[in-house]
Amino acid sequence: MSPILTAILVLGAIGLILGLVLFLVAKKFHVDEDPRVGQIIEILPGANCGGCGYPGCAGFAQACVNSDSMDGLKCSVCKSEVMQQIAAITGHAVQESLPKVAVVRCNGSCQNRPRVNTYDGARSCAVAALQTGGETGCFYGCLGCGDCVSACKFDAIHMDPETGLPVVDQDKCTACGACAKACPRNIIELRNRNKLDRRVYVSCVNKDKGPVAKKACSAACIGCGKCVKACPFEAISLENNLAYIDFEKCRLCRKCVDECPQHTILAVNFPPKKVVTEQPAADAQPTVAPAQDQEQKNS
Amino acid sequence: MSNTFKIGGVHPNPSKLTANRAIEPAALPVQAVFPLSQHIGAPAVPCVAKGDQVLVGTVIAQPGGFMSAAIHSSVSGKVAKIDTVIDASGQRKPAIFIDVQGDEWDPSIDRSTTLVQQLNLTKEEIIERIKNAGVVGMGGACFPTHVKLCPPPTCKIDTLIINAVECEPYLTADHRLMLEYPDQIIVGVRIIMKALGIDRAVIGIEENKPDAIELLQRKVMMVSGIEVMPLKMKYPQGGEKQLIEAVTGRQVPPPPALPANVGCVVQNVGTVYAIYEAVIKNKPLIERIVTVTGDSVKNPCNLKVRMGTPVSQIIEQAGGMPEDTGKLLSGGPMMGRPLLGADAPVVKGTSGILMLPEKVAERREERNCIRCAKCVDACPMGLEPYKLATATQQQDWEKCEQEWILSCIECGCCQSTCPSRRPLLDWIRLSKNKVNGIVRARQAKK
Repeated sequence: MSPILTAILVLGAIGLILGLVLFLVAKKFHVDEDPRVGQIIEILPGANCGGCGYPGCAGFAQACVNSDSMDGLKCSVCKSEVMQQIAAITGHAVQESLPKVAVVRCNGSCQNRPRVNTYDGARSCAVAALQTGGETGCFYGCLGCGDCVSACKFDAIHMDPETGLPVVDQDKCTACGACAKACPRNIIELRNRNKLDRRVYVSCVNKDKGPVAKKACSAACIGCGKCVKACPFEAISLENNLAYIDFEKCRLCRKCVDECPQHTILAVNFPPKKVVTEQPAADAQPTVAPAQDQEQKNS
Repeated sequence: MSNTFKIGGVHPNPSKLTANRAIEPAALPVQAVFPLSQHIGAPAVPCVAKGDQVLVGTVIAQPGGFMSAAIHSSVSGKVAKIDTVIDASGQRKPAIFIDVQGDEWDPSIDRSTTLVQQLNLTKEEIIERIKNAGVVGMGGACFPTHVKLCPPPTCKIDTLIINAVECEPYLTADHRLMLEYPDQIIVGVRIIMKALGIDRAVIGIEENKPDAIELLQRKVMMVSGIEVMPLKMKYPQGGEKQLIEAVTGRQVPPPPALPANVGCVVQNVGTVYAIYEAVIKNKPLIERIVTVTGDSVKNPCNLKVRMGTPVSQIIEQAGGMPEDTGKLLSGGPMMGRPLLGADAPVVKGTSGILMLPEKVAERREERNCIRCAKCVDACPMGLEPYKLATATQQQDWEKCEQEWILSCIECGCCQSTCPSRRPLLDWIRLSKNKVNGIVRARQAKK
């Protein structure tokens, strides 16, 4: 027999035997996987962002199939149609939830919040928050090292080099909450989205007393309570010298925006206001304008 | 050949500018500020209210638990307010503010300088007095001393080690204390030996302080059981575990093991002096020696400062802050914490105030790790700092824990040797904090 033929025969025989072994092993150790899991994984976005609270999309799909109802199961990235499809696969009714968006509640730009010292340690908000009170007099505001930017899997949040604050790209934001979790100062909040993406919110988390907060940042909430009185819907509460607007109750009337002496309450994505006869104070104008512009640019 | 610890360590320039400057008293402040958490453990609970009159030595805050320490007023006057202050940690912390009026001392405090040698107190009475005086570790960690003197009953203590190493560059507070109060320190050592019920104590001093070694060696000749051991210069020899290894050759196992598990208790020499004053003179911990120094400081000095004095005031006494100051540190250059402003008060753990010139303090741009393993060689705990820093950046807390991150003593050797200037210690501090939280949560679940 020629050597080539021997080689072919030997290798062929080995291949056949191994193939048979593999076949038998696969038969013997076959795991019955629910076919629905695979189906769900296919419709899921596959970003593995963890916004649902499960380890990646596969984990979420498994959870959808295993649980008895769709309560608490929501892919923050998917639109509601996708959730409906998942519900159709699992056979459970899906609860309707309003889409949300991440909102940065700090307006302490370089202009509003003067730097009083420098931080030169590791470029991470978590490290900075642990070791120091930050570069400004505000112990609650944005640290500016960009932990939220690196946490975002959707490229939806960026640092603005001019203000030194993160800006959310509303089109890309899926409200997975990764940035809110990464922020050591809990500045980022997920707020409800409406049709025109209009929002009114207090852009500050400073809990210091009025004079201290005002000294640290010219756009800080001083807890004066004027907005609480102005609100006709009882949507604003004041706690620890800090106002908070409940987005469930807020009807976007913007009475508080005009009332706030610090221009801390921001209204975004509203059409420009008609020129009021009374001109607002000249020095107060720029404090609120940049942030509004930024958000509108991105929307 | 003198003893030292075996692995790791670095040799920073000692720069002991104030080694020959006698201790001077600092002026009384106008307003003294007492942060409520000056120690490890639960913050103290204030027991005075706005408007109360206090004397020097009056208790103004009671311990908030077993692992806590009382705080005493170091000035006489009126409580102005209880508010927040930015302390050396860089955070805003609650504190008691006292407006100073005169200098009236509590009559129970013995202010004479006579040396008292007799000691007729029992073990429990000694520890009670130390506890009531609010004494904490003066080396910088501020561990409540009475807790350290009550080791777990399963551990048999045989050696007391006095930490007079002062390996941190620039600082000379302990060095001057040994030169000026040697007899008091010896009495203090005997008090601790009695409290622990042991008959052996070793005073470890680095070789760069020959005058202190010689003086204390002469003093301990007449006392049985106390020995002075010169140690080779190496940072961080003042670390508890490093010192135990240098003096006894024993290695403390990783946490949760304590030095008591290898039969040792370590006390800083400043703490020993505070114990002497607390037990013999009934004087609470209201003053400490602070080294005010820096390369371009006009008049670097060692000051005896009342707690609560603003840092800005003692800087004035040292000739003011030099113009080229880039960083103001509380403590030495290796382990010191940067102060956000000179308004922070002197607290129990303030061993020095260091004003570093800008060109020294500046941290240059960070580069990538080149795997040179210098940090591994430098780590006195045998860890791999480069690996820990990377795992932290990846938020892999499990790996950090497996790599013994909780053993890190935060000495800063890794960061100071890194040729790529990576902020290794910053990252390690973060993951140490996280892993500590995870471990605590796990224990709470059990």
